[in-house]
Amino acid sequence: MSELLIRNGFVFDPLQGIKGDRMDIGVKDGKIVEPGTLKNAKTIDAAGMTVMAGGVDIHSHVVGPKVNVGRLFRPEDKLFKSPYKSPTCSRMEMGSSVPSTFKTGYDYARMGYVFVNEAAMPPLHSPHVHEEIRDTPIIDNAAMPVFGNNWFTLEYLKNNEIENNAAYTAWLLRATRGFGIKVVNPGGSEAWGWGLNCVNIHDPVPYFDITPAEIVKGLIETNEFLGLPHSVHLHCNNLGNPGNYVDTIESLKLAEGYAPKNDFGREQVLHLTHLQFHSYGGDSWGNFESRAKDVMDYVNAHDNLTFDMGQVTLDETTTMTADGPFEHHLCSLNHLKWANVDVELETAAGVVPYIYSPKVKVCTIQWAVGLELALFSKDMMRTFITTDHPNAGPFTRYPQVITWLMSRAARDETMKTFKWLDKTIDATSIDSIDRELDLYEIAQMTRAGPAKALGISNTYGGLAPGMDADIAVYALNPENMPSDPTDIEKAFSRCAWLVKDGIVTVRDGEVIAEPAKRTVWVDVKVPENAQVQRDIYEHFLRHYSVKLDNYSLFDEHLHNPRVIEVDTTQ
Amino acid sequence: MDTVKLTIKNQPDLYLEADTICPDTFAGKKAEEIAGLHVYIGREQHRLGDFFEVSGNAGATPEETKIVVNGDLSRVKYIGMKMTGGEVVVNGNADMYVGAWMQGGKITVNGNVDAFAGTGMKGGEIVINGNAGNYLGAAYRGDWRGMQGGKITVTGNAGSDIGTFMNGGEIVIGGDVDVHVATHAEGGKIIIKGNAKSRLGGQMVEGEIYVLGDIDVMMPGFAYREDVDVDMDGIKGRFALYEGDLGERHRKRKGQTIYAKLYQRIEA
Repeated sequence: MSELLIRNGFVFDPLQGIKGDRMDIGVKDGKIVEPGTLKNAKTIDAAGMTVMAGGVDIHSHVVGPKVNVGRLFRPEDKLFKSPYKSPTCSRMEMGSSVPSTFKTGYDYARMGYVFVNEAAMPPLHSPHVHEEIRDTPIIDNAAMPVFGNNWFTLEYLKNNEIENNAAYTAWLLRATRGFGIKVVNPGGSEAWGWGLNCVNIHDPVPYFDITPAEIVKGLIETNEFLGLPHSVHLHCNNLGNPGNYVDTIESLKLAEGYAPKNDFGREQVLHLTHLQFHSYGGDSWGNFESRAKDVMDYVNAHDNLTFDMGQVTLDETTTMTADGPFEHHLCSLNHLKWANVDVELETAAGVVPYIYSPKVKVCTIQWAVGLELALFSKDMMRTFITTDHPNAGPFTRYPQVITWLMSRAARDETMKTFKWLDKTIDATSIDSIDRELDLYEIAQMTRAGPAKALGISNTYGGLAPGMDADIAVYALNPENMPSDPTDIEKAFSRCAWLVKDGIVTVRDGEVIAEPAKRTVWVDVKVPENAQVQRDIYEHFLRHYSVKLDNYSLFDEHLHNPRVIEVDTTQ
Repeated sequence: MDTVKLTIKNQPDLYLEADTICPDTFAGKKAEEIAGLHVYIGREQHRLGDFFEVSGNAGATPEETKIVVNGDLSRVKYIGMKMTGGEVVVNGNADMYVGAWMQGGKITVNGNVDAFAGTGMKGGEIVINGNAGNYLGAAYRGDWRGMQGGKITVTGNAGSDIGTFMNGGEIVIGGDVDVHVATHAEGGKIIIKGNAKSRLGGQMVEGEIYVLGDIDVMMPGFAYREDVDVDMDGIKGRFALYEGDLGERHRKRKGQTIYAKLYQRIEA
């Protein structure tokens, strides 16, 4: 079949430890092969350019009901910002912070990304999630069902029934064709159903009388009992509030004593998502300050943790999360519109527009906190670039985030626009940090690291023979980096080439082909568990608004699956 | 000031999106260049000259440019959209979005306008010698940034939902208005010289409404405070002052809660 040779680029592949060596990458039948085995290959000349594996996004809200609520209730998000008229794609590309499915797929591809993990799937609405996955072109998607406020989970963990919780988890992953265990404000979103919240990890959930700390530990034990590819993926309690770094470090400490147990090369037991929103000091908005250093001192010293940034990009955006009480709190701060939903026995969600303005002190401190987390990190294989799209900013701003990380001058240029520059500098360490990341570290943070943490580094995130032929080529010469940082941003915004599954997908920043996209999910085989079967039957009989027969995803909803199998019965 | 005259010669079968009819776009262009500007019917692109007779050249800047549009423009949208200076005179009825997101200059319409005139307006002046449709000086669908500055004067009546999400500026209606006035407003002033129907100031946080005629139904969220004398821009008389919307949040200044104010004339 088709052969391709990407010649003479500067290759960065942290999974193999390749640091900008000038070499060729061979592609045959959608997989990477030794260049020497090719017979009749088409050639892409990558001389003077940077070659990396296709990007892997560990945390982004791109599909599903709350994303669609954002699209529906923000018509102004499309005003004067779209449609982007591509010379090569005929699809309408709508929206800015909550783009249409087509724009989502195309824009990720233009940035050289091939895999995006949807960060929160409400299990009851998994058919909607999968239908939107099908409609999002090019990029492979996985979606993590939320467990942290699920009645089954709360009951099993309350009684310390890890084996039963594991059997239920396996059942739900199959029912929703899900990828891993997502936890959003453990206990807090269930408490929201009572008009309450869990403001720290020892604050018990009403009725269930279990604490967030017990939920997180129980889910870590469940995850390692099953040996899933990814670890528990945690959005901590008390997001976004001054002084929450204390709760964050307490949450991180819950992972102490646990070691990863899996066959997928994953080395962490807990992934902390959008850590920027959880690293604040002070006790009011008046003395709000960065505590990134404290949080990173802990993370750097404990290698069973990974995190992603959740970098604030200083844009008008749309916040959306299963953290229902937080969205209500945010709405009472900015007085913009608010959407709220309860998902029966499982979770909640809220959506509120938000403007991160360079004129607002809290916003510019948040900007600094995100960058500090990455710049204080000692291990970029455990540090990933995200904007918690669209919560801290749209994913289309990743190139800007990369530029801030790679260039002190770019950070200074942005800081010049701050109204409260002096106060921002006083409340953070950003002005004292000169560190500038290199392309190898960016490759760690955007492909190798996330792929390893997700447990998919045998397929994605690297360029070793046998892996998927997902290759991004950027017009950046590591031996002659541009003096103007905006050129770095341009290069990462529109890759020179993207090859996905061996098919040339993007050329000169425009999409020229739409290779078949996949849905990646995890199928866990567990022993028969009559107790859990009976519990599921009972809950659907008594509490759910749908029948059990109508709950599990029908196969026609599942688009082009790639199943990762886990067998716990051996 | 140089004047460009546009006279409609062919009516579009559907509606024409003509945001190019704007001093900012015309500035520095000759008549034939102006005739070549793009307008849209749905996804189809046309030339302005396909529908309009164009005569006269524009000034060097928007401020030095006056546009006179003649004929029945009831199928032409977006006249004067986003204009920052200069003048537009429309002799005839115009469709939606006249002067939307306008920042400066003046638009005079000698005729009626349809909905969304002055949407998101930030500055400048719109004078409508006729009736206005719904959503005059309101916000775009979903947006919370309505009219923020400038002045809109309508000699006739206006439709419903005027001044939705208004934050500043002034709207003066010579005649009557339909339901929903200044919904969600956080500033600005609306003067209604005729009668109003109902739902004035729903969810209004700050700002002022003056009604010289009758109000069919007052919002329950507005409470009567006192009778006051008003003498402002030629509006004189004794007014009943109501404050609201009591169900909304309100900021405080020097310990005093600031409410939106609704004045209804009881005596000329």
